[in-house]
Amino acid sequence: MMIVEILVSFFLILGAFFALAGSIGLFRLRDFFTRLHGPTKATTLGVGCLAIASAIYFTFHKEGISLHEVLITLFLFITAPVSAHFLAKAARHQRLHEDKDHPDA
Amino acid sequence: MQGNRLIPHPLMSFALIILWLLLNNTFSFGHILLGTLLGIMIPWFTNRFWPARPRICKRRLFLKFFFGIFLYDVVVANLNVVRLILQPDISKLQPKFIEIPLDTDDPMVISILANVISMTPGTVSTEITADKKTLIVHGLNVPDERAAIAEIKSRYETTLKEIFTC
Repeated sequence: MMIVEILVSFFLILGAFFALAGSIGLFRLRDFFTRLHGPTKATTLGVGCLAIASAIYFTFHKEGISLHEVLITLFLFITAPVSAHFLAKAARHQRLHEDKDHPDA
Repeated sequence: MQGNRLIPHPLMSFALIILWLLLNNTFSFGHILLGTLLGIMIPWFTNRFWPARPRICKRRLFLKFFFGIFLYDVVVANLNVVRLILQPDISKLQPKFIEIPLDTDDPMVISILANVISMTPGTVSTEITADKKTLIVHGLNVPDERAAIAEIKSRYETTLKEIFTC
């Protein structure tokens, strides 16, 4: 049981770290397009780690294996790039990348 | 796996059954039965949305790509981006739009390539030109544009093309 606790804690902290890094990125990066990189990357692995932690925890503390966390990861992997693509496309059509006067757009 | 009238998309039916069981977090007989029913009926009603069935020609390459190369790259992508974000001087980043000339006109291959690019090291696909010949990608840190294009083409496009074209 000790090993399970350590594993769960490890993935929780790792996931929280990646989610935090993604948020810091959102804050530190300068323009719209670089900010887009946060949600598609750091956050994906962050949520992935949290899902793994959850799957391990519920598999060992409840009866039977718990696998619907896999679905969360799967749906995230399917939707994250698509939503990022739409945001980027919209921004390009608004010509944000040519707007040098407002680098913070 | 070829479909017939009763089961037009066998792979989709199978995926739906697995999806149903995962959603309910159980493998009990009742849910397997209900999932099978849904797996057979949903493709009937959505048949018209699938004009061309995507074909996976190189099955082993497909598995190797998505569960090997791609997963590895996703993890590396995250670590890279975290390192870039947390570096002390963030103005050192060289974000840039790069244009990737496409070697394929298969919409399936193009959309998967665009998604894969979005998930991997410091790149987000932003737009595909109207003639479907160029994919515009935004890179978070692109010191060498040519190397970046060459890497995406050799690492992803060639492999995906091989998987989905017979």
